[in-house]
Amino acid sequence: MSELLQNRSLQRNPWAPRTLFSTTMSGVVMLCALLALVPLIAVLGYVLVNGLSRFDLSLLTQVQPAPRELGGGVGNAIQGTLYTVGIAIALAVPFGVVGGGSLSEFVRDTRAARWIGFATNVLSGVPSIVVGAFMYGAVVATTKRYSAVAGGLALAVLMLPVIVRTATEALELVPSEIRQASVGLGSTKFQTVSRVVLPAALPGILTGVMLSVARATGETAPVIFTVLGWHTWIGSVWDQTNTLSLLVYKFATSPFDNQKSLAWSASLLLVLFVFALNVIARLVVRRRA
Amino acid sequence: MTAQLKSPAQMTNTVLQAENLNIYYGKFHAVRDVTLAVPKNAITAFIGPSGCGKSTVLRCFNRLNDLIKSFSLRGQVFYHGQDLYAPEVDPVEVRRRIGMVFQKPNPFPKSIYDNIAFGPRLVGYKGNMNQLVEQSLRGAALWDEVKDKLKESGTALSGGQQQRLCIARTIAMQPDVILMDEPCSALDPISTLKVEDLLQELKEQFTIIIVTHNMQQASRASDYTAFFNVEATPQGRVGHVVEYDRTEMIFQNPKEQATQAYVSGRFG
Repeated sequence: MSELLQNRSLQRNPWAPRTLFSTTMSGVVMLCALLALVPLIAVLGYVLVNGLSRFDLSLLTQVQPAPRELGGGVGNAIQGTLYTVGIAIALAVPFGVVGGGSLSEFVRDTRAARWIGFATNVLSGVPSIVVGAFMYGAVVATTKRYSAVAGGLALAVLMLPVIVRTATEALELVPSEIRQASVGLGSTKFQTVSRVVLPAALPGILTGVMLSVARATGETAPVIFTVLGWHTWIGSVWDQTNTLSLLVYKFATSPFDNQKSLAWSASLLLVLFVFALNVIARLVVRRRA
Repeated sequence: MTAQLKSPAQMTNTVLQAENLNIYYGKFHAVRDVTLAVPKNAITAFIGPSGCGKSTVLRCFNRLNDLIKSFSLRGQVFYHGQDLYAPEVDPVEVRRRIGMVFQKPNPFPKSIYDNIAFGPRLVGYKGNMNQLVEQSLRGAALWDEVKDKLKESGTALSGGQQQRLCIARTIAMQPDVILMDEPCSALDPISTLKVEDLLQELKEQFTIIIVTHNMQQASRASDYTAFFNVEATPQGRVGHVVEYDRTEMIFQNPKEQATQAYVSGRFG
C-alpha cells in the first residue's frame, strides 16, 4: 500500500467535513425542489376550493348571467373558446409543422434556415398584447366586427413559433441512421420525410402542439381586442363572442357575487383543460415510444 | 503497388463495374483509381485497414454518397453496362435495385411487419403483402423467431435479430444487388455466424458485396476479395485497391507483399 493511504480507514466517517457538506446540500436541494412546487399546489388548491361550488352541469350548458341575475353558466364562453382555439389550431398546426419540417429536412444548415429560425424566435418574443393590437388593426378594423376568426388569427400567431420550434427540434432528433435506411431502400426525399421521419417525430410534434394549445387557451390579452366578449351563444365564427379567459378577466373584477364565483369555476375549467392536454400529450408520447 | 485486376480470371457475368473511380470530398482525394468488376451471384468482400475507402466505394454503387454535399466523383460505375452516374439516371431507382445493409442495425421505429412492407409500399406493390413479408423474413432466417409478434416494434428485437430484420427489409424489395457495410461489426459471434450462413443462401438469388474488418469473415464467407490500402500523400491519405482476386488466392497466394502482410496479420 502506498504511504499516502496507509493511515486511512476504509470506513465511512459521518462527521468528515465532506460527508457533512453532502448531507447539508442534499437537504437544501430537497427543500428548494419542494419550494418550487408550492406555487403550483397553492394555485391549484385555491382554484379548486373556490371553483368547485359552481362546478356542475349548468356551468357547461347555460349562458353567462347578466349583472344581478342569479344562476347561469359559462357555456357561451366555452363555445367561443372552442371556436377561437379551433381556428388557431387549424391555422397554426399545418403551417407550423410544415415550416418546422422544411427547416429541419429541406433547408437545414443554410442561410435561409438561420434567418427563418431567428425570425421565429423574434416572433415568439413579441408580447401577446401587441399581437392582439395588430390583429385589431388588420382584421377587426377591416371586417368592421369583432369575431372568433380575429381571435383565432391572433392566437395562431402566438402558437406558430412554438410549434415551428418544437417540430424542428423533434424532427432533428430523428437519427440519421433511419433516414439512410429509408433512402437506401429507394425512398424519394418526400417519402423519407412523410413515411419515416415525420411518424418518428410525431410524439414530439404532438407534445409541442398540445402545449401551445394549452397556452393559447389561457391567453387573454390577444382576445381582448379581437373577440371582445359577448353575453350569449353565437351562430357563426364571424360573430363577436366570449372566451373563458375573457370571462374570468371580466367576472373576477365584477361587483356581483354570482359572477365572481363563476369566474372561479371558469378558472378551474381552464386549469383542468390545460392539465388534461398535458396528460394526453404524455400518454401519446408513452404509447408511441 | 497498384496492380489491379480488372476481373479475376474465371469471372463470367459482371453486375457492377468500377472504371478508374476517383472519389473526392471537397478537395480531399479519398479514393484513387479503383477499377474492379463484381460478378453475379457471388459474394465479393472488401477488406483493408480503416480509412482505406472501402465503405466509400461501396456507397458509390448505390449512389448513397449523393447525400454528402461535398462528394464528387471522377471515373465511371457501370451497372449491367449502364453508367450509374449518367445525368439521366435516377438515384432513387438505382437504390431500389441495389439495396444496402448498414453497419449499425437501423430498423424503423415501426412494427416488424411494417419494416418489411416499407420498401414494397414505396413502389406501390399490389401483390400479397402478407406472403411477401413471410417470404422475406424466411429469407433472412428470422421468420421462426418473430412470426408470432409481427405487430411488435422492430426496435424491440435483439441486435442480431434487428440486423436480420434489416436484411429481410432489403430483400423484400427483391433487389439485384445487396451492399453490406460491415453488417456484423455490432453483433456478437453467434449472430455473426447466423448472418454469414445467411449470406451463403442469399447469394443464390442476389449479388452481394460486403465490407468487413474481419478477415476470417472474408475468407470464410466470400468468393472474391478486394484488398484496399491507404497511402499517405502530401495531400492526405488516399485509399486504393491493392489486389483483387478470388478469395483463396488473396488469402493463400497473394501477389502483392502488402496483401500478404495484411492477411497474415503482419500489417505494416
